[in-house]
Formats: sequence, C-alpha cells, structure tokens
Amino acid sequence: MLKQIEGSRAMAEGIALCRPEVICAYPITPQTHIVERLGELVKEGDLANCEFINVESEFAALSVAIGASAAGARAYTATASQGLLFMAEAVYNASGLGLPIVMTLGNRAIGAPINIWNDHSDAMSMRDAGWLQLFAETNQEALDLHIQAFRLAEELSMPAMVCVDGFILTHAVERVDIPDQAQVDAYLPPYDPVQVLDPAEPASIGAMVGPEAFTEVRFLAHYKQTQALRLLPAYAEEFRAAFGRESGGLLRRYRTEDAALVVVAMGSVCGTIKDTIDEMRADGVAIGLVTLVAFRPFPVEALRDALAGARDVVVVEKSIAVGMGGQLATDVDAALRNLPEPPRLHSAVAGLGGRPITRRSLHRLFRQATDAPWEGTHFLDLNEQVVGREIHRTRKTRRSGPTAENLLRVLAEPAREAK
Amino acid sequence: MAALARLGSDAGVGQATGLARPGVPDGRGRTARLMFQIRIHGRGSQGVVTAAEMLSVAAFLEGRHAQAFPSFGSERMGAPVVSFCRIADIEIRLREPIMEPDCVIVQDPTLLKVVDVFAGLKPGGYLIVNTNRGFADLHIEGIVAGLPRGHAVAVPASEIAQKHVGRPLPNAAMLGAFAALTGLVHLDSVQRAIRETFRGAVGDANVAAALAAHDETARRGAAADAAA
Repeated sequence: MLKQIEGSRAMAEGIALCRPEVICAYPITPQTHIVERLGELVKEGDLANCEFINVESEFAALSVAIGASAAGARAYTATASQGLLFMAEAVYNASGLGLPIVMTLGNRAIGAPINIWNDHSDAMSMRDAGWLQLFAETNQEALDLHIQAFRLAEELSMPAMVCVDGFILTHAVERVDIPDQAQVDAYLPPYDPVQVLDPAEPASIGAMVGPEAFTEVRFLAHYKQTQALRLLPAYAEEFRAAFGRESGGLLRRYRTEDAALVVVAMGSVCGTIKDTIDEMRADGVAIGLVTLVAFRPFPVEALRDALAGARDVVVVEKSIAVGMGGQLATDVDAALRNLPEPPRLHSAVAGLGGRPITRRSLHRLFRQATDAPWEGTHFLDLNEQVVGREIHRTRKTRRSGPTAENLLRVLAEPAREAK
Repeated sequence: MAALARLGSDAGVGQATGLARPGVPDGRGRTARLMFQIRIHGRGSQGVVTAAEMLSVAAFLEGRHAQAFPSFGSERMGAPVVSFCRIADIEIRLREPIMEPDCVIVQDPTLLKVVDVFAGLKPGGYLIVNTNRGFADLHIEGIVAGLPRGHAVAVPASEIAQKHVGRPLPNAAMLGAFAALTGLVHLDSVQRAIRETFRGAVGDANVAAALAAHDETARRGAAADAAA
C-alpha cells in the first residue's frame, strides 16, 4: 500500500511485518522514531507475539538481543553514533556467537566534537566487527532491506546491520510502498535457528576458545560472510519477483554502459549523484554510478566487473579514517588493483557531520577528477581559508586552545563584522 | 487567482507552476526532471516541519511524488527553523537542501531581520508571508515587486489560527493560502492532509483556518487584479 510517510515510521512498519519477537533499544537521535513507532505497534497489539523490552543503555539493548536470539527469538534493535560505540563489545559478541540479530543504524557522525548530523562514521567504526552491512539509498529500500536482512541473517546465522542515512532518510517524508503481511510471510520464513538455548536439550554457547581453534572459528566466520555474496543477489532477485521492485543485492549500476568515469557511493547521496549524472550526460560527459548496497561482505568481484571498463573512478564517501583517507576508497582500490589496466582512483570525502552534498559541488568534483586530478584524499567543499588560518595559528602559539571552538569563533567573525 | 486555485494535477498545472509532465524533453536532449520546491521558514513550535509534511501529503493524495524534510537543526522553541518540500510528477531522487525555491513561506515575519529567507528565490517564484501588516511595513516591497504580479500574498495566518484553532499556530492556514496562491494543490487535498495529521476537533479547527486563509488569499488576489 502506497503511503506518504516518514522514513522511520515506514521502516518500523516494515520491521513489524517481519514479526520480530523481541525488540529492545535505547533512544538516540536519529534512530528514535523507529523504535518509538515499534513500541506503539507492540502496545496497540498490531505487532503480536513480540516483547518490547526497555533497557538502560545501548550496551544492554544489544545484550538483551543477544540473549533473546540465543533463546531462539527473532531479535531486533536499532542505534546510531555514540550508541553503537557504547555497545561495541556486544556488537563483536553478536557476530562472534553467530546470532542473526537485525539492527538498524541511523547513520550519524561520531564525536568529539559532538555532532548529531548524518555521516557514515558510525557504520565504518564497526565495519570489521563481523556483521553484514547493507546501505539503503531510499526509504523504500530501507524498508525492503530489513525484510531481506532478516532472511539473510537467519539463513547464515550471523547479524546484519541495515544502514540508513540519519535525518536525510529517517526524517524525510516520502512515498513508500508498505507491503502486506502475506507478502512478507511468503518471503521470510519463520526463524529456524541453527543453535538455540533449550532446557530440553541443554547446550552452551560462548565457550572459551584458545589458539587451537580460534583461527578456524574466524575462518568460518569469514567463509560464512562470503556466502552472502551469493545469497544477496539471489534474495534481491526473489524479492523483485515477489514485490515488483529492485531493492538490495550487492550493487546497482546507473548509466555505467560506455561510462569512462564511474562514481562509487553508498546510501542516500546516490540520488543526488544520479541527478548530477543526468545533467552531465546531457552535456556529453560519459559518466555513471555504482551504488554499493553491500559494504560487508565487500563485493570485490562484482565491483571489479562493474568498474573494469572505466578510465576514472571517483569514490564519494561520508567518512574518513584519520591518517589514511576514505575507508570505502581503500576497499575499492583493493578490488581494482589486480585488473590488468586498473582505472585511476580518485577519493573524495563528503558530507561529514551533516554538510549537504549538493549537485553544484558534485559537478565540480567529477569534472576535476578528469581535468585536474588530485593526490590523496579530497575533502569536498573544505573551507580552506579557515583551515589555513587555524594551522597557521597553531604553529605560532603553543597554547593554541581547542580546535573546534577556534574554528567556530573564526566562522562567527564575518557575521559579527556585518553587524 | 480563483481559477488558479482550482487547478489540479490533471488540469494544466504545468502552465500555472512550471511543473512538467513526466518525460517532457527540455530541448537539450534531456528528459526534464522539473519539480516545484517550497521552503518554509518559521520558529520552533510553529509547526514548520509539520507544514512541509502536510503539504507533501496533499501532493501525494493527488498522485504526485513529494518529499518533505526538516533542516535537521537542534530544534527548540523559538529558534529559527527551516523545512523543505519538493513536489514532482516523477520520482524525487535529490537529497540536497532547497537552495533555489519556487516558493518561500514565511511563518514568522520577525525572521526577516534575522535570516535571508529570500535566498535563491526564483524570479518567477511565489512568496507567502504570515503578517497582518503590508509588505511595505515589513520593508520587503522591493522583493515583492521583483516577483510576477499575483505571486506574493501577505496573509494574517496567526490571527486566523487564533480565531479558529485557539492558538496562533499558522501552519495549516499557510497551506490554505498556498493552495489559493499557487494552485499547485487542491484545497480538498490540503484539507485531507490536515485531517490525516490532526484528528477530530483539532483537525476540524485547522481545516477551518486553512479555508479562511484560502479565501482571504483569493479575495486579496482578486482585489489586486481589479486594482491593476
């Protein structure tokens, strides 16, 4: 049923259709509306056979989900930003134990400095934690990915994170097709755990493992994740057949046939990039986009195939590994390096802490990649004047003070002068 | 003006607003992806975000694609707040803030001294200001003069809301004025969108405010036409 609905509420309705049996979460912006709505659905009885458990922290939220999942329940939680960091130990435990929890991550920057706005730093902080990580481009896909995530997670018995751009998607009201219960039931079978804590058949989960088997346990986790490279396209195809729309899979191509310049990106910015590409195509630029849906597992082969014909690849990502550069660019580079004639890779970091990524800036970036390529990592729309002033100031003064506050003071100056 | 207000999704809205039908080539070999973009300025607790959401619902009810989103600040009572709404006949993929609006709605005229609410307003755009004073009193008659005739209206939405809703919450009234001024959405759709957001008596009161503001806007438009 088509609805004009806030992204968070649409996701909540989709998650409810997956019939979770235990939901526990701790509120943190911008994820809060999702679990608030789920709480209502449980309370109103629209989501039956589900226990909504209030907890005192994110660490407890995921710990409860771990316990519930180990007891054989379909478990769900959601978080963002510092909330994900606070549950970090449990994040690793959930995957290490092989428990198919589904978690929504309302992507948001990580402090300090404190910042409630969108970027992908939180997802990147847990990229090596052993979870499947899927990125949604639209609110429709955000809803759809949850349905696919439960199926994938439970088939492989490993947790899945559905990454959704905070505010840009979670707080946007737009058209979403909410499936009906029968459709979802036909697609997503009841949870049939591969391991379960059952008093009738006692077992222990979470043994201490020494050097004699730890490598093998990790190998099997890696092996298991690579199975998702096969399952994700199959599930997406099955989803398309059942629901009549494209959602999920490993990656999607947009106007990449004959494209000399291909952009790689994840999440909602892909919409703005598509509009930019249409404008540049109209002006005769052979440019296309690869939208990565699966970041973990990283679809090395599919990406290599999609980028093999390009002369230039621009990676646009909303996070930065300080001291190294863009994490996505690093992974894309690894996928390309064994090509006989790899495309030139251009790495751009954009949209940090909620800075809007505009068509105007993207036009400039994409043209620059071919006309005047840069070295290393490019920071889109960086205020070079302010940065230069701060570097100069810190060189002059030993006790130069806190960086963030200094920058804010400098930025406030023109406004003060104007008055 | 009155004719404009009755234009709907199937009745030549393209001519009235510049909103193109899907798949119309723009002469440069590309398929037009035109859309109508509205930016709403107000203060925290004036229902600025809800206004954009209700407007998107009204457009959706007419079979259009619409996208409403807030300006993601730390919203608090009294602080300047911005919300956005895009309306198009094809899927809206764009996620940047609206920097070149086709319509600016100002829910609180005290913002005129604080925020550049007109930033990027298109030359053929629309302007709706909530005030019981004239444009000259607000010192924005120059801005209004730069817009096509009949594209700007000052409507006392807070007064209208006070009368019908019992609180000076201008958002529903402003949407009634929007329907009258631009003809982009039916007044019927605005009413339905308001009722989807506010149930029962509160919905009735807000619908009454929207109707009153709609009629006031249409009356002022007709008076201006007669004077011209």
